[in-house]
Amino acid sequence: MDFFLNDKFGQMLLVIIAFAALIAVLLAIAWAADKWVGKGRRWAALAVFGGPALLLLVVGLIYPAIRTFYMSFYDAGTDNAVGLQNYIFTVTNTGAVIAFRNTFIWVILVPILSTVIGLVYAILIDRSRLEKLAKSLLFLPVAISFVGAGIIWKFVYEYRGAAQEQIGLLNAFITWLGFEPVRFLQDAPWNTLFLIAVMIWIQAGFAMVVLSAAIKAVPTDIIEAARLDGVNAWEMFRNITVPSIRPSLVVVLTTISIATLKIFDITRTMTGARFDTQVLANQMYDYSFVFGDNGVGSAMAVVIFILVIPLVAFNIRQMAKNRAVRG
Amino acid sequence: MSVEAGVPEVAEVATQRPSQRSTATKFRSLVGNRIGSVVAVVIAVLWTIPTFGLFISSFRPEEDIKSSGWWTFLSNPEFTLDNYQEVLFGRASSGSLSDYFINSLVITVPATVIPLVLATMAAYAFSVLDWRGRDWVFVAVFALQIVPLQMALIPLLRIFSSSGLLDTFPYLSVWVAHSIFALPLAVFLLHNFMSDVPKELVEAARVDGAGHVSVFLRIMLPLMAPAIASVAIFQFIWVWNDLLVGLTFTGANNAIQPLTARLAEMAGSRGQDWQLLTAGAFVSMVLPLIVFLSLQRYFVRGLLAGSVKG
Repeated sequence: MDFFLNDKFGQMLLVIIAFAALIAVLLAIAWAADKWVGKGRRWAALAVFGGPALLLLVVGLIYPAIRTFYMSFYDAGTDNAVGLQNYIFTVTNTGAVIAFRNTFIWVILVPILSTVIGLVYAILIDRSRLEKLAKSLLFLPVAISFVGAGIIWKFVYEYRGAAQEQIGLLNAFITWLGFEPVRFLQDAPWNTLFLIAVMIWIQAGFAMVVLSAAIKAVPTDIIEAARLDGVNAWEMFRNITVPSIRPSLVVVLTTISIATLKIFDITRTMTGARFDTQVLANQMYDYSFVFGDNGVGSAMAVVIFILVIPLVAFNIRQMAKNRAVRG
Repeated sequence: MSVEAGVPEVAEVATQRPSQRSTATKFRSLVGNRIGSVVAVVIAVLWTIPTFGLFISSFRPEEDIKSSGWWTFLSNPEFTLDNYQEVLFGRASSGSLSDYFINSLVITVPATVIPLVLATMAAYAFSVLDWRGRDWVFVAVFALQIVPLQMALIPLLRIFSSSGLLDTFPYLSVWVAHSIFALPLAVFLLHNFMSDVPKELVEAARVDGAGHVSVFLRIMLPLMAPAIASVAIFQFIWVWNDLLVGLTFTGANNAIQPLTARLAEMAGSRGQDWQLLTAGAFVSMVLPLIVFLSLQRYFVRGLLAGSVKG
């Protein structure tokens, strides 16, 4: 018993065994119900198969979300109602302008640039001899955590005084060209752009893989027909490729936008949100878990939620359309 | 169907029409093949060099890393494993990442297994079982993906901190939180895959007197294995790389924090100790990279299908 309680792997094994036992009991109940009960058997099966997941969702997602909404109208300790004060604070505190401005720049630049780079690259390597390898190279960062990516790029941006030898790749290059080294991560407002570059580095591979698959799915008869009509390459790209892959483009753009709205790991790892690099999701974390102000933190979470809704709605509508078109 | 319907498997399509001139070929001829190749190579290099530089650096002695760029390694190779030794097993202040690696593993395995089993069962309830209101509940589950994790963090934490279970089972809250957050997407994906299984198969088995449990175990699970693998890999990498849940649900408890939380902290507190950061970053990346490289096919499928994760 000691192993299960006091050892980490023991705890891991214990939870898996306990979970397996629970599932076995549930399935046994469903099996028995299937055999003996008359009318209730359908409900027994439903309760066993769907019940656990639904229960967890209600307790762990729906209730907390409602509770967060409720808390956003209360003070730091959720004792007294404060009306809209937390929301007013969210948009007027000294850091708010910077956080909103930065979040806005992130959400505009990351999806567009990642998609453009991913699309261009997908087209350039399409059906080349090394396509598979070329894809893996761009795709690899997708498997790297935001924290890992943050450290990778912090190293690329590393700054040393002009008298010292530069160990960061970018500054080494800049000084080699004869310019002064740049403090990439400290000097506002440009530093935000250098953080954004990291997110683009991660997301471009995702965009590339999805768009590459979409490009390959463009029906060849359309392409052949257009070619017979003597359409030039640019027209082909604009009038055939882009409209054909439009659903995938929308999914890629919205998906990256949503991920970007919630970004906090990169800022946290690379600048600690200092030097005017604050973003909404990181501010939410700070207020909730560093300053312990649940009211303001909740209000910020609700703001993020509200910003995400139109993107997701758009995404779902697009997916419904795809389903209608493609069956 | 999900997003996946619009974007078929990369490899399959590529082999279907090897000789056709595609729009891409046309576009390439517009840009000019030479310029196009150069651009592609430049992008590929830009995307690879940063990771490569970090990797090389992690094997250089501390004085070298701090006094010269990693590219000098190419002309003056000086190799050491000390950085890994130090960051994994050295003093606590150097990271002792081996402990955190174990934490990440202990967090990730149950946080992948539990939601996957529950989601597969729920997918069965939503695709094979027939009950009133099914479609509405399914849409509701799908819609839950839009709830950002941020919305659920504080109240969910409260539920755990008031229960006292965490004293005995410190990882419990991280496991449960990850499992819950994974459910909407996993249920949605597995439901889509399961709906593709021919109805006749299930009905034939039912006529033969098979109950739901045996249909689920004997017919669905084997057929669903590749789909489950895709979602599992996706979830594994997601949990392993997660910072937000790991940071909030382990509190300030260093004994159970995942690698990402420790690394993020080190990037702040030991920002100039590149011998530790470079090796540490690789320690955290090695497992997802192995999974990624060996199972890329499955991962791509999970990603294409799961590109709406909230």
